[in-house]
Amino acid sequence: MTIHESPSQVSAGEVKVSRRTFLGASAGALVLSVGLPGAFAKLQAKTGEPGANVAAFLEIKPNSQVLFRSPFIEGGQGVFTAMAQIIGEELDVAPDQFIVEGAPAGQVYQILNGMRVTGGSMSVRMSYDTLRKLGASARYLLLQAGAAKLGVPAEELTTEPGFVVHKKSKQKASYGELAATASEFKAPSKLELRAKDDFRWIGKSVPRIDVLDKSTGKAEFSIDTEVDGMLYAAVVHAPHLGKEPKSWSNEAEVKEMPGVDSIHKLPGAVAVVATSWWRARKAVEALKVTWETGKDSRFPMPEAFSSAERIAHLKTVQEPKLTGEKTGNTTKALAQAAQVVEASYDAPYVVHGQLEPPSALARWNDDGTLELWIPNQAPEMFQAHAAQVAGIEADKIIIHSPLLGGFFGRHFLYDAASPYPQAIALSKTVGKPIKLLWSREEEFLRDAVRPAGVATFKAGLDENGKPIALEAANIGEGPGGRWFGRKEGKADDSFLEGIRGKSYEYKNHLVSDIRVLDPALIGFWRSVGHSMNDFFYESFFDEMADAGKQDPYELRLELLANKPRQKHLLEQVADLSGGWKRGPYTAKDGSKRARGVAMASPFGTEVATIAEVSIDKEVVVHDVWVAIDPGSIVNPAVIKAQVEGAVALGTSITLVEELTYENGQPHARNFDRYPILNRSKMPKVHVRIIESGEAMGGIGEPGLPGVLPAIVNAVCVLHGQRIRSLPLSKTQFA
Amino acid sequence: MKLSINGQARDIDIEPDTPLLWVLRDELKLKGTKYGCGVAQCGACTVLVDGRATRSCVLPVSVVANSEITTIEAIAEDATGKAVVDAWVEHQVPQCGYCQSGQVMAATALLKQNAKPSSEQIATAMTNLCRCGTYNAIESAIADVAGSNKG
Repeated sequence: MTIHESPSQVSAGEVKVSRRTFLGASAGALVLSVGLPGAFAKLQAKTGEPGANVAAFLEIKPNSQVLFRSPFIEGGQGVFTAMAQIIGEELDVAPDQFIVEGAPAGQVYQILNGMRVTGGSMSVRMSYDTLRKLGASARYLLLQAGAAKLGVPAEELTTEPGFVVHKKSKQKASYGELAATASEFKAPSKLELRAKDDFRWIGKSVPRIDVLDKSTGKAEFSIDTEVDGMLYAAVVHAPHLGKEPKSWSNEAEVKEMPGVDSIHKLPGAVAVVATSWWRARKAVEALKVTWETGKDSRFPMPEAFSSAERIAHLKTVQEPKLTGEKTGNTTKALAQAAQVVEASYDAPYVVHGQLEPPSALARWNDDGTLELWIPNQAPEMFQAHAAQVAGIEADKIIIHSPLLGGFFGRHFLYDAASPYPQAIALSKTVGKPIKLLWSREEEFLRDAVRPAGVATFKAGLDENGKPIALEAANIGEGPGGRWFGRKEGKADDSFLEGIRGKSYEYKNHLVSDIRVLDPALIGFWRSVGHSMNDFFYESFFDEMADAGKQDPYELRLELLANKPRQKHLLEQVADLSGGWKRGPYTAKDGSKRARGVAMASPFGTEVATIAEVSIDKEVVVHDVWVAIDPGSIVNPAVIKAQVEGAVALGTSITLVEELTYENGQPHARNFDRYPILNRSKMPKVHVRIIESGEAMGGIGEPGLPGVLPAIVNAVCVLHGQRIRSLPLSKTQFA
Repeated sequence: MKLSINGQARDIDIEPDTPLLWVLRDELKLKGTKYGCGVAQCGACTVLVDGRATRSCVLPVSVVANSEITTIEAIAEDATGKAVVDAWVEHQVPQCGYCQSGQVMAATALLKQNAKPSSEQIATAMTNLCRCGTYNAIESAIADVAGSNKG
């Protein structure tokens, strides 16, 4: 029963209350949900669905524990803890009294302008106000229930964590006691929120709520889920996306292998179902399969594809250019320049390398529903796609979103890059629940990789060595355009991010998108376009500074003269590192070292980075200093951890990571031929958080983009030559 | 086949070449030990075999029939293991958490053999990969346990 009907148009963040039991809500629990933002609510009103299937966000249990169904999935970024802090602050419940789990699919959870993804470093910054309001509404209802129970006016009541308190009569009642009656009241549409000065948990380094379980093996990931009666499946994919299994020659032999239930043809793959995953894997890998060219693939991998040739080709493409950003007239200014500097840069394909390989558990239920336990960053998108695959209505598909064993952009919807369509098909055929897991080798073959990219630059300097014009072109294709749409003839902003949107001011400035579609299955990867574009841009910045005999730090300050936020941040990172010094200089241990600096403006956050390196046959990154300004913050400890993780991943792709393709196949199928950063290469990381008070920015990704150019700029000081291609392990150092 | 796991005798019927990892996960439902790479590169599958950190994904179960196997599920019952877990919480080590079972096992094995490892010894022993980049937090947590140990 819904206490007050969902209006046809609800305002952003309006709170609805329900007493009904939902998803096994405890009897007598207070159950709250949040209304949808305006524009999407109107759309829903037209389609006649609002409120019809309202799911609950928040449940206060009789023991006063709070269950929150998070619209955002936890994959290490600390979002569950942040949600508990934000709601708990207004509700007056300590974050450690929260149980947070990933919400099921449902429109009610689409609180990011009518959609939801866990990505784009959006979760906290874009739900902050809504969730505070949710917490405040629940507290209001509990106060009304407290007044009724204690027989005193609500105005005389206050709360302390988990309790409604009447100070005058020294009475109090726990939230758990009041939860059942609280749902009989109605929350006003406007509520006063707690003043920032009174925050107990927002802005504090509250311990993460998932750390103990993750330190004792109790945390459950998709790979760990199981249901009664399930069988296991393993697959081998076609060597090239787009090929199909034609036949296999040794069926009898494989069927004789221990535990084998059945052998299956799937789109682009073969599968074996067996009584354990290991048996399934051994059997499917023993199958001698002949592959043939198929007809249906949207992204067939050409058999002759070579990543080296792709990068070489991108460097030759100059037209057509789509304008992404323009100031003044670069053609004219370049013609008048005293000196012109030109260079082209490239970065390779990289894999996500999240340590949990993709899996899917699929179960067809007797009531016609299909249940899926799958790693995903966007439950409604997966639900809609699974509906197509299964041939049933989307509302018959129940999506469970367990903890992600790392993601970094891996678990969006990317055509053939997810195992769940295979699990759905196998489960249907076999008539039993199927637990499908991809081996690491299959994951390397079917990951939606960070695309390789190329950028070209041309700068014009005046007679004093100061830049008067900058032209940049980014050549290739980005995942934003591929998966979320782009317009023909218009630049793809997400592809250009990190080359456009920089803070430096030039009188003449032109950024272009030269679109050359990528034959590989490409995906979002932590910081997306920024993961290479800021490397290109900030490296060329130093090249430009060197050509004009300018110190790269001082030149950055000059070009940020009218950008106080960014200029301040740059000074802060210099201060954090003990004052800017480029080097080379000799460190206490006798090694010759240098430092590089870089700026980035990713996902609404500003970042300044300095790295110190030496070269001992290979590059050693000693320290990385990061000053980060996300505007305002929720949890400084989580921010520091996220920056540290971003530095690790950024260092990894700077130093060692590269997925090359020859004959349409990746050279590496596991971490043995694709090294990732290990402990021995991890730098010390120093973080300073600046709260400028600007709009809240993202946290998960912004620490990464500046790391690459800061390291490379430092390396080039020691190396004496500009390095324009990653990873650095390709460069021979003396 | 008879196995001794976390102090309990277990009898299982399994092909002898099955890696210990899959016996633990699929047969015994001890799922704290993770599969990451299957080729002993990442260390997510680390367990203790007679006290030594061992990568279970490439270890045929028949090899450990006479050994004492300890998994993450029992690690807090060991004094050193408990100290490691406490330090992991204190230093807020995990991010996604997927590799951390293996990290905790490797750290426990190290500290059981060497109560006060140096920074170099930590680096040599702790070769498990972490994609979230918790390496520095891991080192601080281990150093913390080592610092509390009487050397």
